[in-house]
Amino acid sequence: MAEQHDIVLQLKGLTKRFGEFVANDHIDLELRKGEVLALLGENGAGKSTLMNMVFGLYQPEEGEIWVKGQQLTMDTPSVAIEHGIGMVHQHFKLVPPFTVTENIILGMETKKGLRLDKKSAAARIQELSDMYKLNLKPHARIDSISVGMQQRVEIMKILYRGADILIFDEPTAVLTPQEISELLGIFRKLTKEGKSIIVITHKLKEIMEAADRCTVIRRGKVIDTLIVKDTTPQQLAERMVGHNVKLTVDKEDAKPAETMLHVQDIWAKDDSGHDMLKGLSFEVKAGEIVGIAGVDGNGQTELVEAISGMRPTQKGKIQLGSDELTNRNPRDVSEIGVGHIPQDRHKHGLVLDFTIEENSVLKSYFKSPWTKNGIIQSDIIKEETERYVKDYDIRTPGTGVLARSLSGGNQQKIIIAREIERKPRLLIAAQPTRGLDVGAISFVHKQLIAERDAGKGVLLVSFELEEIMNVADRILVIFNGQIVGETTPKQTNEQELGLMMAGKLERGFAHV
Amino acid sequence: MEMIAFLLNGTFVFATALIFAALGGLITERTGVINLGLEGFMVSGAFTAGVVSYYAEQAGLGAASPWMGFLAAPIFTLLFAALHAVASVKFKANQVISGLVVNMLASSSTFFLVKLLFDGAAETPILNHVFNKVYIPILSDLPIVGEGLFRLYPVTYIALILAAIIYFIMFHTPLGLRMRAVGEHPGSADTAGVRVNRLRFLAVLAGGMVASLGGATVTLTANSSFAFHTISGQGYIALAAVIFGRWHPIGALGAAIFFGFAQALKDQMQIVEAAKFIPNEVFYLLPYVLTLVVLIFTSKRSSSPAALGEPYEPGKR
Repeated sequence: MAEQHDIVLQLKGLTKRFGEFVANDHIDLELRKGEVLALLGENGAGKSTLMNMVFGLYQPEEGEIWVKGQQLTMDTPSVAIEHGIGMVHQHFKLVPPFTVTENIILGMETKKGLRLDKKSAAARIQELSDMYKLNLKPHARIDSISVGMQQRVEIMKILYRGADILIFDEPTAVLTPQEISELLGIFRKLTKEGKSIIVITHKLKEIMEAADRCTVIRRGKVIDTLIVKDTTPQQLAERMVGHNVKLTVDKEDAKPAETMLHVQDIWAKDDSGHDMLKGLSFEVKAGEIVGIAGVDGNGQTELVEAISGMRPTQKGKIQLGSDELTNRNPRDVSEIGVGHIPQDRHKHGLVLDFTIEENSVLKSYFKSPWTKNGIIQSDIIKEETERYVKDYDIRTPGTGVLARSLSGGNQQKIIIAREIERKPRLLIAAQPTRGLDVGAISFVHKQLIAERDAGKGVLLVSFELEEIMNVADRILVIFNGQIVGETTPKQTNEQELGLMMAGKLERGFAHV
Repeated sequence: MEMIAFLLNGTFVFATALIFAALGGLITERTGVINLGLEGFMVSGAFTAGVVSYYAEQAGLGAASPWMGFLAAPIFTLLFAALHAVASVKFKANQVISGLVVNMLASSSTFFLVKLLFDGAAETPILNHVFNKVYIPILSDLPIVGEGLFRLYPVTYIALILAAIIYFIMFHTPLGLRMRAVGEHPGSADTAGVRVNRLRFLAVLAGGMVASLGGATVTLTANSSFAFHTISGQGYIALAAVIFGRWHPIGALGAAIFFGFAQALKDQMQIVEAAKFIPNEVFYLLPYVLTLVVLIFTSKRSSSPAALGEPYEPGKR
């Protein structure tokens, strides 16, 4: 009876509809005791919907959920918690000004008389932390600890509640390579103690490294369940998207020419007045893609905003060719020749309740031919937008629909079309593929490389090391508001970059 | 010397109402609901105190009658607090507008009720029995501080004790932890099994009740009756005290005392010979101008609850 497994969670024919849209279509799935099961699928494939049903945040229309041999109706998360199911959400559910202990005990506080008893809770947390090697500081405030430790607080939150089925939603999206390998180590520790884990992800490398089995979901249906050690990343990717895919980008070597962007010793503050850029300098040449690698919060946002004119600098100089960009307003910067694909496309990239046509001319509506004698020329705008839709493969029922109604990938394509068609000399792409699926990601990368080949300077800011390694010609590592290293994809690897990103290694300045 | 003692005493007399209202505002705002309705809750409390104490007097309750009014104020004010809670928490209306509506409704409806109850009079009848200042034995005989701190209305001591209790609840009990969590990051609280909107609803009710005690204090100490202008903006000053006090009970207490000082100064300056040439209106403006100035200098580094003003919808990420 080698095939006999202890099944802790079983889903039978689970179906969830949102209006006409079938998010999950009769999904069957089983989780075995002590294993790591990966749930692989593109954005919008229905992975998160499925797990939200297991955790009681959504209710299925059809199907059954069985936990340890018992059929359950998951009305609320508390039913799931009660039966030992815990979930680590992609966006952490932590209260920033609270301590680690306060966050963990919230909702099931220990008491001594009327008083909150943090002392005994902290002791219990310390004990569990030692047991699973989570390395937590019970009295540290959440806003003062690293993202990796915040995630371990989330794990502790569910362990503290006695969970033995742990669901992770895209757990590595915000981690450095070192933190990722620590997390995978924690997975092994947890499964050894008899816990069972489901990981939602679209990162093939981590599946290969950590998972025992992998269930692939496409368009709301289970496509296949594979034993990880008998498969390859290529095979997984094909199952995920349904056709052959290239996992790397083809490009020729860069032919850098004259210096395009020149950033010298700039200082800038964040909204609460802390110095975020501390004398940062670098250059981007025409015909090269410079990738800025770094962990979120080391000054990337401020850097992009400083160049694009959205944030004042206190010191230093920014130049585009011979034009001064230092502390100019965003329109000047854009007119001088900077294209900007912003990090947050909803906040800074699009007016969601404007049409695609209106969004297409957001940065040039005031100029001819879009405006003549102070009157907007809608038919010319419509014509041009139709061309964008065709050239950039924007999937939409028409150019008159609201940007809000499109998927993330298609929204991003509107921005890319707008910025590229304005023929900038420098293109800044901040997190250009965040939340996009495999197809859209490779489209974006191709566009960036095409811009480079057309002799533009490209500045790519990304938290995804894979993206930096694949697309950039030259890599600069940002840490604590400064560039701490320079290298190229050929000279380095993700481990080394990770150390540099964590401020533990400096290199590459010899040839600046 | 004597003037300092009077100034100190006056500070606490005026501050008492502001302390109650600021604490009420704090309870609500800490859970993430903006409480612009403080003014209305104070008006409602002042009205109830005036009316109920009057009828208690008529019924022959004597010195107990102001206490009747004081205790009735939070009960009647539940009506207005419930309005704000239903609109802003249950139906997720704009919290600022909901608060303003409460203010307008409270001032106009109480004015109307006064006319209805007292044959068209513009204010409630003058009360014979209001709170008397309590002389604390021994301490009240000390120089300066005796007059300044130990000859105050009983409600002042209640306000100070209440501030300590609310501080304890906020920072040393599970309830306080949950309230702060709901105001900072309701999504976290929700996934931890805290019922966000229920807690907010209750906090709006509790805050309204506490704030109404501030209104009752005005009627039952300084004024002896309730009229349309009895409160005149003190609710907004109390809200400023919440902000100035950085949403901390002890901070809000300190800020309320500061604004109380501004009002006491107004009274004392009118008596000072050297300041006679300054028009009275200037001193009347003082508390409001100070409020503005303080807000200008503190709002930039304010530390409001992160989710203040955002209705919580569980589905939203």
